[in-house]
Amino acid sequence: MNMWGKLSWAAIPLDQPLPLISSAVVALVITGVLAWVVLKGHLPYIWKEWLSSVDHKRIGVMYIVLAMVMLLRGFSDAVLMRAQQAVALNAPGFLPPDHYNQVFSAHGTMMIFFVAMPFVIGLMNFVVPLQLGARDVAFPVLNSVGFWLTATGALLVNISLLVGEFARTGWLPYPPLSELAYSPGVGVDYYLWALQISGVGTLLSGINLVTTVLKVRAPGMDYLRMPMFCWTTLASNLLIVAAFPILTATFAMLLLDRYLGFHFFTNDGGGNVMMFMNLIWAWGHPEVYILILPAFGIFSEVASTFSGKPLFGYRSMVVATMAICIISFMVWLHHFFTMGAGADVNAIFGIATMIIAVPTGVKIFNWLFTMYGGRIRFPAPMLWTIGFMVTFVIGGMTGVLLAVPPADFVLHNSLFLVAHFHNVIIGGVVFGLFAGYEYWFPKAFGFKLHDGLGKAAFWLWTIGFYLAFMPLYLLGLMGMTRRMQHYDVPGWQPWLLVAAAGAALIGVGVFVQIVQLVWSIRHREELRDRTGDPWNGRSLEWSIPSPPPMFNFAVLPVVEGEEAYWTIKQRAIARQTLMPEPEYADIHMPRNSPVGFICAFFATIMGFALIWHIWWLVIVGLVCAYATFVVFAWHDEHDESISAATIAGIDRANRKERLEAISQLRPAT
Amino acid sequence: MSTAATLNAPAGGRGHGHAAGLTEEEEHGASKRIVVAYGFWIFLISDIIVFAAFFATYAVLTDSTAGGPAGRDLFDLRMVAIETACLLVSSFTCGVAGLGAQAKNGRVFQIAMAVTFVLGAAFLTIEMREFAEMIEKGAGPSRSGFLSAFFALIGCHGLHVTAGMLWLLTMMAQVAAKGYRDDILRRILCFNLFWHTLDIIWVGLFSLVYLVGVAV
Amino acid sequence: MSAAHPESESRLGDIAPGDEKTSDDIGRGVRGYLIGLVLATGLSIVSFYIARSTLVWAPSIPIALSVLAIAQMGVHLVFFLHMTSGPDNVNNLLALAFGLLIVMLLVFGSLWIMTHMNHNMMPMDKIMRMQR
Repeated sequence: MNMWGKLSWAAIPLDQPLPLISSAVVALVITGVLAWVVLKGHLPYIWKEWLSSVDHKRIGVMYIVLAMVMLLRGFSDAVLMRAQQAVALNAPGFLPPDHYNQVFSAHGTMMIFFVAMPFVIGLMNFVVPLQLGARDVAFPVLNSVGFWLTATGALLVNISLLVGEFARTGWLPYPPLSELAYSPGVGVDYYLWALQISGVGTLLSGINLVTTVLKVRAPGMDYLRMPMFCWTTLASNLLIVAAFPILTATFAMLLLDRYLGFHFFTNDGGGNVMMFMNLIWAWGHPEVYILILPAFGIFSEVASTFSGKPLFGYRSMVVATMAICIISFMVWLHHFFTMGAGADVNAIFGIATMIIAVPTGVKIFNWLFTMYGGRIRFPAPMLWTIGFMVTFVIGGMTGVLLAVPPADFVLHNSLFLVAHFHNVIIGGVVFGLFAGYEYWFPKAFGFKLHDGLGKAAFWLWTIGFYLAFMPLYLLGLMGMTRRMQHYDVPGWQPWLLVAAAGAALIGVGVFVQIVQLVWSIRHREELRDRTGDPWNGRSLEWSIPSPPPMFNFAVLPVVEGEEAYWTIKQRAIARQTLMPEPEYADIHMPRNSPVGFICAFFATIMGFALIWHIWWLVIVGLVCAYATFVVFAWHDEHDESISAATIAGIDRANRKERLEAISQLRPAT
Repeated sequence: MSTAATLNAPAGGRGHGHAAGLTEEEEHGASKRIVVAYGFWIFLISDIIVFAAFFATYAVLTDSTAGGPAGRDLFDLRMVAIETACLLVSSFTCGVAGLGAQAKNGRVFQIAMAVTFVLGAAFLTIEMREFAEMIEKGAGPSRSGFLSAFFALIGCHGLHVTAGMLWLLTMMAQVAAKGYRDDILRRILCFNLFWHTLDIIWVGLFSLVYLVGVAV
Repeated sequence: MSAAHPESESRLGDIAPGDEKTSDDIGRGVRGYLIGLVLATGLSIVSFYIARSTLVWAPSIPIALSVLAIAQMGVHLVFFLHMTSGPDNVNNLLALAFGLLIVMLLVFGSLWIMTHMNHNMMPMDKIMRMQR
């Protein structure tokens, strides 16, 4: 029995230029960054302040950095696909089918699991404790573990580019293709283990945020006084807790089939292939709501802040959010209408799918009414919000169209479907994430992003999106299927060329966003946020300095009504004085901990070993991970104390800035 | 080490006593014991859903025997009854251990935990024997979809019991080494939640897998 | 030390799941667990008996077993996990109810869907023969 399992030098694609060169580029970039960090002496700082941090703000930022890096990888896959389809009319194109299949599989997997999820979770992690008036999430060390396990998953997927191959089965590995008989290579295993490991991380995050919202709020912060973003966080994380176990179990079953010859989803031996689709979409549908609900929350915050008005219909928003949360678990069959459940079953799920559009519609109207009668300002976050409202509604409408089973029979797995889900994910989730990124950036780093470049990026993205995806609706109606490596219908090509142009325009938009970031960092003094409240905000995160001190609040606020900060602020402006200085006292905060990083290190080893069948290494990894946990659990001191004097110093400086600022302000009418 | 210091305990300032009609809990934030136990409870809910997915698969694949043996050909109800008794009594002894920990009574705690461990080990031994016999008969998990689902579902429960037993030993060691610190008491509470939930799941398993399998 | 664990008690507040407000008297606590044990044992015995007997109309045996299982789970929840319907346990029970809703949707939804799918599906061996 070979000590290295299936691993050999043949795993490195020396004969395939595309993955080889891409891996080389990636390796070069990583080595370059690492070298710069080490040679400039930043390693102790990075370790102490970031890698071993259990601070929700740091972890939130790291999640978002991971997401943005993976966005570049996922987007490059998209460019490859658009380019291939633009040229592959009666021609082989430049991507052989073998690679093309891996590209579209990697594209979807990375975008959903390693871009959208981490970005959303990162924003929720950063913002929610601040909005709730808390010092951190319920379980800070677990938070770190969750992040690092997600990073492990991302790392494994990226390793597959250089060592071995990735799955060719699409972003959801349908059997029988994903079974050992038809996918004997390591590609599907890379996919499965990467997602199992990061799935654990996501679940931990879900547990953490549910507990935080339900149990760790400032005094006086009743449920109905929470900002809307906290409600959508609650709903989204309840869905994580409910849905991700299904993903874990289903992938475990596929793994058992592949590794131990079980017959869950095989063609023979009594397996039932369709059960996989049933289970995976029972997870898959709540998953998309996990992504969109926090985006809805971001829009609620942004719309209300930049319209200068409280959110319209707060209670109906809460009801709508929780309704979407529950109903999202009752519609999953609409992803496989054509699999043969019959008219009765299809009808019920079709109707449920249409019903879920109703609370979403309620939300759209509430945002519109929030804006109506307000004094609206249009910095970049607001542009993203308006762009969302138009774009998401279009996507939602095509969704309702697809919810009609007979229509779906024609359009299932066509480019119409691809256009629909990109419409709602980009127009809904991505636009929301960009709005949130620009909105909360000053809070995280103490200076705003350059607004002009942000607006430019918005327009490039929006126009690029419409160019890239509206043609796909037409192509779907014309009969083009998804995932085609080449085609022979000349009438399709013009539209695919337009789509490629759209992708290029989005690429320029991404480039502008990178420029925006670099420029803003360079010119941060001009963009400095001195008071901590750069947008005239309404919720508690704007009542503390930017960036917030480790402990968030010098003294926990006592909340007396909705829009906790707005009332305090108006009172201060009217009286032209701040509230009296509070009594400062020592604060206990959790110490940094390397547990998350170390556990993830062993998880990476275990994952890699499992993929390549290196069994002794699996056991080593498992034992070490368990040992790490026990060692951590055996520690006595987990907290450290911050003195009242330090706190007073920080708070007094901020009070000085705010006192200066309110002398410029008039009370809101 | 800080005892009731929660992340949300106000660092003074707001004046003690119940400000503006807030309750004890609202003012000081939920105590760490509640936060930790609640978080663990949410985790257990997610674990129950994992079992539900395996159970749904089992229910769907019950008749997919691929010409091989079905439940009624394989299940030995006497063994299942003994397993059930072991787990049920272990739940009782686990509860007693929890009481012992609250009362900081070392004797009661350690003995009750040890008995719980032994009963758990008995359960696992019987279950592994059952699996081994089935595999020997050619009724292993790769024989049919039904058997795959059976082994995965019951096996998942068995893995959880194994993990629980490792945790049990760790708790016994921690108490012996460090006494009844608040954080250790919290962990014991979580362990109790875990062990009782495993028994609740077993109630579902023996009823709906074994008994229904034999009766139908 | 005070009667109840100080961290588990709060006026009008919540209680930790699995905790109970009780004195440090181990004896009284054991009584609760003992009652639970006896009830659960009884229900288990009835279940095992019903599965093999002809006392109950055969097609209803699965339902009878389900009812008994649910009853025993209730016994566990009340006597071992101390999850009663008091106001301090509301959040804990709500979480459980949410979980159970998802379980029901998943299990019964899957059964309903898959029964229909299987009914409409060509037998697997016929499909495999089509591959040639």
